[in-house]
Amino acid sequence: MSVKQNNLKTWFKSGTPWIWMNAGAVSIAVIMTLGLMMVIAVRGLGHFWPADIVEVDYQVPGQEAKVMAGEITQIEEVPRARLAASGLPVDAEGGEFMTRELFKVGNRDLYGADFTWVVGEWLSNQRTPENLTAFERREWGNFYGYLVNVKENGVLVAEGDASWAELQARIERVEQLHNKLQRLQKKDIGRINAGLERIRLKTRKLELEGRLDEVSQAELDAERAQWDAEYKVLETELIALNQAFNRDSVTLKTVEGREATLSLGKVVRAFQPNAMGYLDKLGFYFAKLWEFVSDDPREANTEGGIFPAIFGTVMMTLIMAVIVTPFGVVAAIYLREYAKQGPLTRVIRIAVNNLAGVPAIVYGVFGLGFFVYVLGGSLDRMFFPEAAPAPTFGTPGLLWASLTLAILTLPVVIVATEEGLARIPRAVREGSLALGATKVETLWRVVLPMASPAMMTGLILAVARAAGEVAPLMLVGVVKLAPSLPLDGNYPYLHLDQKIMHLGFHIYDVGFQSPNVEAARPLVYATALLLVLVIVLLNFSAVYIRNHLREKYKALDH
Amino acid sequence: MNDLASETMTASPKSLGLDFNTPALQRKRRLRALKDRIARRAVSIGGMAVLGAITLIFFYLAYVVLPMFQGASLDSRKPVQAAWLNEAAAPLLLTLEEQNQMGMRLDQGGQVQFFDAKSMQAVSRVQLPIPADTRIVAVGQDQPGSNRVALGLSNGQVLVFQHVYKITYPNDVKTINPSIEYPFGEAPIELDTQGRELDHVGLSLNGGTLMLVGSTGTELQVLSLGREENLMTGEVSLSEERVSLPQISEPIKALIIDPRHLWLYVINGRATADVFDMRNNSLNGRYKLLGDAKLEVTNATSLLGGISLMIGDNSGAIQQWFMVRQDDGKAELTSIRSFQLAGNPIIQILPEERRKGFFALDNKGNLGIFHSTAHRTLLTEPVAEGQAMLALSPRANRVLVETDGQLQRLLVDNPHPEISWSSLWGKVWYENYDAPQYVWQSTSASTDNEPKLSLAPLAFGTLKAAFYAMLLAAPLAIAAALYTAYFMAPALRRKVKPVIELMEALPTVILGFFAGLFLAPYVEGHLPGIFSLLIFTPIGILLAGYLWSRLPESIRLSVPDGWESALLIPVILLVGYLSLGLSGHVENWLFDGNMRLWLSNDLGIPFDQRNALVVGLAMGFAVIPTIFSIAEDAVFSVPKSLTFGSLALGATPWQTLTRVVILTASPGIFSAVMIGMGRAVGETMIVLMATGNTAIMDMSIFEGLRTLAANVAVEMPESEVGGTHYRVLFLSALVLLGFTFVMNTLAELVRQRLRVKYASL
Repeated sequence: MSVKQNNLKTWFKSGTPWIWMNAGAVSIAVIMTLGLMMVIAVRGLGHFWPADIVEVDYQVPGQEAKVMAGEITQIEEVPRARLAASGLPVDAEGGEFMTRELFKVGNRDLYGADFTWVVGEWLSNQRTPENLTAFERREWGNFYGYLVNVKENGVLVAEGDASWAELQARIERVEQLHNKLQRLQKKDIGRINAGLERIRLKTRKLELEGRLDEVSQAELDAERAQWDAEYKVLETELIALNQAFNRDSVTLKTVEGREATLSLGKVVRAFQPNAMGYLDKLGFYFAKLWEFVSDDPREANTEGGIFPAIFGTVMMTLIMAVIVTPFGVVAAIYLREYAKQGPLTRVIRIAVNNLAGVPAIVYGVFGLGFFVYVLGGSLDRMFFPEAAPAPTFGTPGLLWASLTLAILTLPVVIVATEEGLARIPRAVREGSLALGATKVETLWRVVLPMASPAMMTGLILAVARAAGEVAPLMLVGVVKLAPSLPLDGNYPYLHLDQKIMHLGFHIYDVGFQSPNVEAARPLVYATALLLVLVIVLLNFSAVYIRNHLREKYKALDH
Repeated sequence: MNDLASETMTASPKSLGLDFNTPALQRKRRLRALKDRIARRAVSIGGMAVLGAITLIFFYLAYVVLPMFQGASLDSRKPVQAAWLNEAAAPLLLTLEEQNQMGMRLDQGGQVQFFDAKSMQAVSRVQLPIPADTRIVAVGQDQPGSNRVALGLSNGQVLVFQHVYKITYPNDVKTINPSIEYPFGEAPIELDTQGRELDHVGLSLNGGTLMLVGSTGTELQVLSLGREENLMTGEVSLSEERVSLPQISEPIKALIIDPRHLWLYVINGRATADVFDMRNNSLNGRYKLLGDAKLEVTNATSLLGGISLMIGDNSGAIQQWFMVRQDDGKAELTSIRSFQLAGNPIIQILPEERRKGFFALDNKGNLGIFHSTAHRTLLTEPVAEGQAMLALSPRANRVLVETDGQLQRLLVDNPHPEISWSSLWGKVWYENYDAPQYVWQSTSASTDNEPKLSLAPLAFGTLKAAFYAMLLAAPLAIAAALYTAYFMAPALRRKVKPVIELMEALPTVILGFFAGLFLAPYVEGHLPGIFSLLIFTPIGILLAGYLWSRLPESIRLSVPDGWESALLIPVILLVGYLSLGLSGHVENWLFDGNMRLWLSNDLGIPFDQRNALVVGLAMGFAVIPTIFSIAEDAVFSVPKSLTFGSLALGATPWQTLTRVVILTASPGIFSAVMIGMGRAVGETMIVLMATGNTAIMDMSIFEGLRTLAANVAVEMPESEVGGTHYRVLFLSALVLLGFTFVMNTLAELVRQRLRVKYASL
């Protein structure tokens, strides 16, 4: 530009400052989005990294010094006045700020709480002894301390330096036993329980229908006896396994010198992060990451994995997709190809469009009232009178969750499919019709194949929306902790009436309803990251398909 | 269309030796045509069914909500002339028990007759132990549901009894065995030491203390009885205490004791209520109940819970009064609201036992069903000709009427009296409250408390959350849309749009969790930083822009136009880092190191950690992409000819934007804001997680809120199916649906008109 802009007044007059302000708005939006993703990613992924366990001396002024050990999870600067106001014996003199550190000290069974805030200025002599060990336990969270010895049935096996190697070998053994136990409990005993429940229902049904005579009663009894016998066998096996499982124990010493005995059956893994090299840590990191996506949750969902939640989310979205696709596509075809175009179709189109903007919770309310209580209630009365008064379908469950989300995402599929149909050039249809094809043949052979990427886009967007939606699910079918997966080896294999776990609900539940929020927080970040990744991936693939499709028809138009 | 079935191919391909009309080909054509027709039919039916199913949502919600607004209905059964009734004396009391199977009638002769409440056949009869030569002259009842009755005798004594119904299952048949018990002994208790006739009696049992009140003319007799039962022998010992109260000047009409034994209400004279404070046995005050000199109190009773008095007068009006604490701490009996039956004197008011409703009867036999909190008249209907007596069942679904020696059974259907337009949206004066208020409190410990189902605080919370979200989102999103559509370099635009799409795709549960677990504590700790961000970000941007314009051309020209956003990212990051980094220093410097404390102590502004500010930030984040993409679309599709024309006439880009582009695209921007608003109103997870979910009506940015949507999510799983609470939650869903639907439809219509306009340009 030739106009000289070195005068502030002219610069303001030209309107350029406002352009800069507008540009700033874009930057802010971009920074917000990327910043949010970064925070979630860093916090979520950082959790699995084995942090050093530090041992420090902590002296609160006027109190006796004590030794403590743990992971430093958070450090922040706090105005001195604020610390003083919270009742800590802070010196009046000194810098404006003091540091405050959040220590994960573990040992919840001994200390009561596994996190504690300390004042950084009062810590001294920080050290990272190599043999300071972290024990990940099945209950009570982590244990930090020193390994003293390993015992088998109460008899000393190894002590001192030799005990570490011994411990590792024994933990491996326990892990195998644990897997066996799990399989036995979940799969075999679950099968027996399902079988017994089936017999109970069958008996009740016959009783209700008045057909329970001696013959059928005897048959049922025989069947029941068979299950019982099978259970007896498994039970002895179970007892033996449990004994073997709890055979070994270790003696541990906390940093301040308290001794504790820990049965190895309660230990998931033991590691010495201070002694680990970079590669060891990396290996450990991926092992933890794998555990996170493939394992069941432990300790009220605050530890372990989230596999059931992933599985539940996938199952639900799959069933939803199976329901929503045909209905959405049929409605779109009707609206675009068969319905008489006029004011009525315009109204319908606007209505369908607007339904996409109706709050999700409204669909949840509808799902609960109509699907669960009306439809489910009648299904129960008609087909499952034997289970009464326990509801079968008359309670929130997988089927209703999927159906509710199907209705919720129906507008998305309809709109996307319609758009795809509208994009097919007239010439293509007319060509087909001119060759003598009927309307259906044109649709089926020409139009729909060409519009299939659009349908795909709609479906992906629908799945992305469904996977992230939580509010309606809270009413129609998710639970905190489902005892079993909705798909297993017991008849009828796919349990549509079961409640499921869901990633989004998991985030809400663990983050906000958990008694130990501090311990759960990293896991919530990790779960959130996983959910974001899945949804981002789905969305970007939809965008890609859409753009690809546009290019394709651009070529056809000319 | 080409219908293949009816056509034969007439083109003459004979020359080629082909025949298109062979039977096989014709059959095939007919089959294809049939398939076409079937498909057309199937798709049409299927399509319409799907579209219909979607509208089902609206109808189903309305179907659940509607019963709330229907009044009550009566179904009268034939009056029965029971033989036993002819022999009995005039009735004093008529009751029904819980199962609606057994009735009880007490007559002036002291006979208690239990009878089948359906067939009206006599079941059993008990003669009360009334001393010889005395008559029953007054009847008093304790709280609804207690079944305790006090009979005032002509010799100044009181007999207290209780009618009890035991359910047994001999031979698997449900049988109700009625009986009469005397918890304070069979011998009448002496109330008036001088043995005068008791005009009125009242009783109330609280804990182990029975308070008996009687009146003789203008004199009050109050007796407090402590009842102790020996666990070993089952012997009952009573301790008596006579309470003396200031006397009344006018004849007493009714006595009502507050069940907590705090107040004694004495209705006397024409229409006066004397309220005694029973903690120190003094007069609290004398209140005039009816202003008009022609009016007179004809009946009075207390509602469930004993807090409200219902005063019926000779004009058919029923007024609700209760004690309200004044500013100086003194309680005063206050008129709350009034109801109107037909214009005749009220002779009986019966409170319901489960709800704050009541039934009233006048001397011409008109029955009225009312609900106090909802201020609702559910039904007025004549049930008898002339004088009658009513009994109301505990579940308030049956009424017995005795007239002229006949008993009639009425079935009452009154499922949702608690709800009315005024109780949902208006200020309601609840019991124990100092003034009418908007309150949402759906659950309470006992039925004594009325449900407080005002949607107003929830709607307020919804709009408050949406307002703060829009405060952040609307300017940011519109400014960003203007820049992206109009100034931004295409290469950058291609990179920015996916980021915004990513922003839109983020599940709200993640935003909510982020806001609740990260943002809320962070904002609390960095309040000065957050507010200085608001001030310094624009200043920083302007400064950066000005400095950029002062840079030598060689640098300036190396960056093409439309990349300002990219240049600003480091600037904003720097400003943000400085603002938040210096937050602690500012706090030390200005607010003694704790802005939160400073706010609540020095300014008196309450501060919640999860407050509207956090919600505004998080929900603003969720709404920005919605507004952005629609507004950007509207601005981008402004015909280029308009902008080129303006630029060619010498306008600067900014002038073109403000005078041409924004004006043309304004309907589109408006509809973007409306759709954004609709989204903010219905958002559930963010507000659920980022606010404390407290249903308060306060616009303060530092306090929490509760929205309609979050309320549904929290309370729906616990509400009883088909109950009033359940239906109110459905109503809030319907309100949300209606609101967003209207907003979106308006926005859509605006956009469509805009599109037509662009097309013509």
